[in-house]
Amino acid sequence: MQLSILVIVLLALSSMAFYMGKKRAFQVAQGKIRNLHSLPAYYGLYTAIWCGIPALIIFGVWIAFEPALITHLVDLRAAADHYLDLVSTSHAALTIVVLSLAIGAGAFTLTRIRAQQRARNTVESILTAILIFCSSVAILTTLGIVLSVLFESIRFFQEIPISSFLFGLEWSPQTAIREDQVGSSGAFGAVPLFAGTMLISFIAMLVAVPIGLLSAIYLSEYSGPKFRAIAKPLLEILAGIPTVVYGFFAALIVAPAIRDAGGFIGLDVASESALAAGLVMGIMIIPFVSSLSDDVINAVPQSMRDGAYGLGATQAETIRKVIFPAALPGIVGGVLLAVSRAIGETMIVVMAAGLSANLTANPLEAVTTVTVQIVTLLTGDQEFDSAKTLAAFALGLMLFVTTLVLNVIALHVVRKYREQYE
Amino acid sequence: MSNTASKSGNKARTIDIVYAGLRKRKAAERRFQLYGKLAIGLGLLFLSLLFGSIVANGYTAFVQTYMQIEVYIDPDRIDPEGKREVKELSRADYGGLVKATLRDMFPEVQSRREKRQLYRLVSTGASYQIREQVLQNPDLIGQKISLWVPADDEIDMLMKGHIDRKSAEEDRRVKDNQIAWVDRLLSEGRIEKRFNTIFFTAGDSRDPELAGIWGAASGSFFTLIVTLLLSFPIGVAAAVYLEEFAPRNKFTDLIEVNINNLAAVPSIVFGLLGLAVFINFFGMPRSAPIVGGLVLTLMTLPTIIIASRAALKSVPPSIREAALGIGASPMQTVIYHVLPLAMPGMLTGTIIGMAQALGESAPLLMIGMVAFIVDIPQGAFDPSTVLPVQIYLWADSPERAFVERTSAAIMVLLGFLITMNALAVMLRKRFERRW
Repeated sequence: MQLSILVIVLLALSSMAFYMGKKRAFQVAQGKIRNLHSLPAYYGLYTAIWCGIPALIIFGVWIAFEPALITHLVDLRAAADHYLDLVSTSHAALTIVVLSLAIGAGAFTLTRIRAQQRARNTVESILTAILIFCSSVAILTTLGIVLSVLFESIRFFQEIPISSFLFGLEWSPQTAIREDQVGSSGAFGAVPLFAGTMLISFIAMLVAVPIGLLSAIYLSEYSGPKFRAIAKPLLEILAGIPTVVYGFFAALIVAPAIRDAGGFIGLDVASESALAAGLVMGIMIIPFVSSLSDDVINAVPQSMRDGAYGLGATQAETIRKVIFPAALPGIVGGVLLAVSRAIGETMIVVMAAGLSANLTANPLEAVTTVTVQIVTLLTGDQEFDSAKTLAAFALGLMLFVTTLVLNVIALHVVRKYREQYE
Repeated sequence: MSNTASKSGNKARTIDIVYAGLRKRKAAERRFQLYGKLAIGLGLLFLSLLFGSIVANGYTAFVQTYMQIEVYIDPDRIDPEGKREVKELSRADYGGLVKATLRDMFPEVQSRREKRQLYRLVSTGASYQIREQVLQNPDLIGQKISLWVPADDEIDMLMKGHIDRKSAEEDRRVKDNQIAWVDRLLSEGRIEKRFNTIFFTAGDSRDPELAGIWGAASGSFFTLIVTLLLSFPIGVAAAVYLEEFAPRNKFTDLIEVNINNLAAVPSIVFGLLGLAVFINFFGMPRSAPIVGGLVLTLMTLPTIIIASRAALKSVPPSIREAALGIGASPMQTVIYHVLPLAMPGMLTGTIIGMAQALGESAPLLMIGMVAFIVDIPQGAFDPSTVLPVQIYLWADSPERAFVERTSAAIMVLLGFLITMNALAVMLRKRFERRW
């Protein structure tokens, strides 16, 4: 809490520097603004920036690395008091350093203000630098994802050979704590997880693609503007519902319904069947497919429709024989994007799919997926070095790479297609 | 074909063939339209099924069964030495008081098994309620006070009709004698259903009748505040740079590719990033809204950047030219003229991004926001959970009473989301300008 006060003090100092800089500029100009190179406020900003930003940077870096450094300095839990002592020393030092830097830099800048100083240009170039930094956050994020996932995966592959991870048929990540423990072989073959993910995504696509595509066709080609204005936003509500709600719906309503229906016709359905999870995931993806297809269908030029009508084709024939083939690449791209979303979807499968890794293609049995395993391996407290937790990062790497490849292909296809008609 | 038709001398045949074909094609046309209608119908059916089932399951959670008991605050039991010390009073056996009260109400109950069933009528929260009253007002000791306390969740379920009274006794969680007691209390007017304030004011609890969403809602609030404070300035700054200043070069292309790809990275991968970088590398606290906010910031940034760029694009170039023409610098042009005009669009995008962040749970599972936390978080550094994760946790609980509370929490979450999206739509309608 002491630190938040420090931040507030810093901000107060900066705004004080702003007013003092502004006043100083008036003084230097002997009260006539036209003697100044820039507007007075820019001199104020200039002072405030020098007063605030270096101090804030030091503050940020200090806070970010303080815990790691202090933990390094302290022996293993030897002294909690020692630790707290170091923390308070560090905070005191930080306060002194930051405040003296802010006051010193601010005062120095204040004395350096001259009438012909190019204050606006300096302030603007600093602003531009901040803008550039903000836009490179995207690059930093990607870099962070790749590095964090990659490093842990490499550590995992040092323990478990990569071939047995990629091609192994058995997944049971419980490692034995005692020698004689049953059911904890510590096998890390990811094939059942990939198969389970594919099965559920496939079921989802079987639901989402026909419904999404047909409703997009109807909405863009047949329906009047009134119906469209109501039905389209209603369908898009499906996209805004949090996935945890779908998960609850799948686990509580759809799965028991499917099990009962299966029991009624004499089928043995697992209570956490792949069918339930896939079905609900398909519902979630409907608006995704339909809005992407809608864009693509609308991009087909009207002249192609007119040509088909001129040859005497009915509307359905035009759609099936002319518009659909023309829009196919774009639709395929959209479906690929939808697949990548289905593969990465977490909450529905965590709540409605099973935990045991079965290698099966039967949608009525329980399967598990990559995302489910990541969640189960990483929730709760665990040591960070065991193969079990590292396996989650290896799975994360697989997930990241797969979705990235799918997205790159899909975006490429969609862009190619757009260029064709533009 | 027309040749064969004319050869046979039957003139009507050609047109018959055409009509027949036409009928077929018209039928195909109608079928195709029907498929489209069916698809939309199915989509809307799923939507109404989803909302219907959640409302049907959840609306009963907004009321809770309360029971009236007359508690004699026995001085021998809670303050045998009569010193009225706060320390002693807060440690006393209030559960015993409740049990004694129940025994007094039903003196016919004798066997130990029946007594245990009797004690299960009232929530464990009753003893906390008495304790609070006594601590507030020690003069109550030695008096008899009348209190409305929450009933146990099983009794609540019975009152709401979720437990079938006609089923065999061993299949029911509520036994026959318990039902008889409840009926007696009911006829005495000592049981009634009231608005469930606990649900809106309490934190999480293992007992459904004492569990509430306030803790999760405050966690969501702090997380969203962190997200908003970081993602809005960064997103707008990035969009301004890319749209207004960036030269066309490899670096800008790289940024654009990255933004587009990040928008499609599975959310759980952001959770892995948060775990590896923020928690393990920078040593930030687990389960804290600050880390959740950071992760969600990275996740919502692409949405905000893309929306903000669209808003900037829609500002016509004449505005910029006019500002530049009267001597403003490019930065001044953007700050004083372009940004204010693009602001409504940017805000709309930000609200939609925030709505996404509010509903997100998968990455937060990774950074430990799934812990069972009873206390209400007071700031961005306290351990807490968020609404969607609370829903996930309750959905996993076996008690029947948690099903309706989960549904009710979903209704609250959806309420927030609908409000936010409606706000975005309103903002767009109100400030949308056509140039």
